[in-house]
Amino acid sequence: MEGLNKSPTGITGFDQITGGGLPRGRPTLFCGGAGSGKTLFALEFLVSGAEKFDEPGVFMSFEESGKELVENTASLEFDLSSLVESEKIHIDQVRIDRSETREAGHYDLEGLFIRLGNAVDSAGAQRVVLDSLEALFSDLSDRSVIRSELRRLFLWLKERGLTAVITGEKGDGAMTRYGLEEYISDCVIYLDHRVDNQISTRRLRVVKYRGSEHDTNEFPFLIDSRGIIVFPVTEASLDYQGFREKLSSGVPELDDLLEGKGFYEGSSIIVSGTIGTGKTTLASHFADECCRRGEKCIYFAFEESPGQLFRNMESIGIDLKSWEKKGRLKVQAQRATVYGLESHLNRITRLVEEFSPRTVVFDTLSIFLEIGFQPEVQVMLVRLIDFLKEKGITSMLLLEMSPDRPERSSALNMSTMSDTWIVLRDQEAESELVRELYILKARGISHSRKLHRFELTNEGLKIFENGEKNRKQHYE
Amino acid sequence: MKTERKTESSIMNKSDNKILWELKLYVAGMTLRSQHAVQSVQNVCDKFLNGNYDLEVIDLYQQLHLAEKEQIVATPTLIKKAPPPVRRIIGDMSDTKRLVRGLDLQTEAAE
Repeated sequence: MEGLNKSPTGITGFDQITGGGLPRGRPTLFCGGAGSGKTLFALEFLVSGAEKFDEPGVFMSFEESGKELVENTASLEFDLSSLVESEKIHIDQVRIDRSETREAGHYDLEGLFIRLGNAVDSAGAQRVVLDSLEALFSDLSDRSVIRSELRRLFLWLKERGLTAVITGEKGDGAMTRYGLEEYISDCVIYLDHRVDNQISTRRLRVVKYRGSEHDTNEFPFLIDSRGIIVFPVTEASLDYQGFREKLSSGVPELDDLLEGKGFYEGSSIIVSGTIGTGKTTLASHFADECCRRGEKCIYFAFEESPGQLFRNMESIGIDLKSWEKKGRLKVQAQRATVYGLESHLNRITRLVEEFSPRTVVFDTLSIFLEIGFQPEVQVMLVRLIDFLKEKGITSMLLLEMSPDRPERSSALNMSTMSDTWIVLRDQEAESELVRELYILKARGISHSRKLHRFELTNEGLKIFENGEKNRKQHYE
Repeated sequence: MKTERKTESSIMNKSDNKILWELKLYVAGMTLRSQHAVQSVQNVCDKFLNGNYDLEVIDLYQQLHLAEKEQIVATPTLIKKAPPPVRRIIGDMSDTKRLVRGLDLQTEAAE
């Protein structure tokens, strides 16, 4: 990988799997069918270039008009129109109206070269996108001209040292027909969008990357309002402000185990346990406490209706319903399987934007494994937690463990995503089940490392003062 | 480079209510191919339009921004701006038949 200069795309995860981005000063081909996300990849590459790396760009579109492009990306958090206004990105829509165009004799595409050259020079562009060349092919009939002009175009891009993204359809043979792959020998990436069993998945594969080691595996990716995210993303990537304030868990005895004050603001807390161990109760305390402080909380209930949740919690003295009436609590119940992961992610982030809560609860995350493969779920969750942290929102994530598996071996590798991890469990002790709780980890907090007994009373969750002692007493 | 051709007869004919043809020929440098195109268009115009035309030849190298503004991809490109409908003909215009047909002149000639 050394020696090869790379141009970072700024796309989360993508620069990691390519060892730094696309080959600088060379063209890269993004192949994929309609809706595979190739235009978005190209666009994000350009937007990041202009915003983060001070590399202006030219987007030459053969399909959508420049205005449409801006409109279609309005749902994304890209500020394309202001980049266009400040002349950091130039959009040129190439349109050949077949109904009014005739061919009479020999021609070349010098007009296109002049056009692109002028746009590149005026913008001082270092990045270029051509989306997609096939649209151009279909408008011109002289194949031998197209073939030779394409060769010239790629040479031209290289001579000028432009980092270029060229998009194209895959599978219909057009690429091969025009010999496009021959000319772009440096980097070829395939994008794929499939729907299996009503589960939509997106995959990316680096088919070719000359001079650079690359993984030939397929990488899942997602598209949300902030653009593309490619797995693997190891950890929440953004820099967060140091949130030093602490929020109570809603259970005073639990706060005591965490230096007496609870969780860090903006952190993510995992509560794991097998079924019936009190995860929802703990989360309800957390939500209740948030509302008591006069703040807002969203409770995402993926497994029960708001009514069920209200009733169950009322029986242990937590009145969530009144908070909902006061507008501090929003219980969002939805079957996880109804939507794909991407739309879930988008719905959740949209709701959070609208309601702007201080805390959120997800009850439970395990349900997402039903609707996606583990890597996608992981990507989605990392993205979600990243989003919440960025906003300084404290999140409690419930994770249901299967009873026959050891507690740490969750299907989801959540440890990097969480700041605090609380484990709830039922232990057999003599003839009864005893509830126990311990803190697996708590970043930046010197926490209790003991097992603590607790009970679910009609006043909620109660932790015994000294777990060790109580446990012993119990066994005696 | 601009060769504007507004003959006396075109002005006369205009006043005679004849339609004035507005043609723009975009080329990339005055190459041999460009010169052929100019010659060929002029010949056709002279033959069919009886001087009722404005032909402007534009070298895109001299006016770079026009390539995008006029949606030029291939060169040479001849654009018939008037009378409607707008027509675009690409190529060195060596195929005179296609040029004539492309400008909808054949039907006029038959009339």
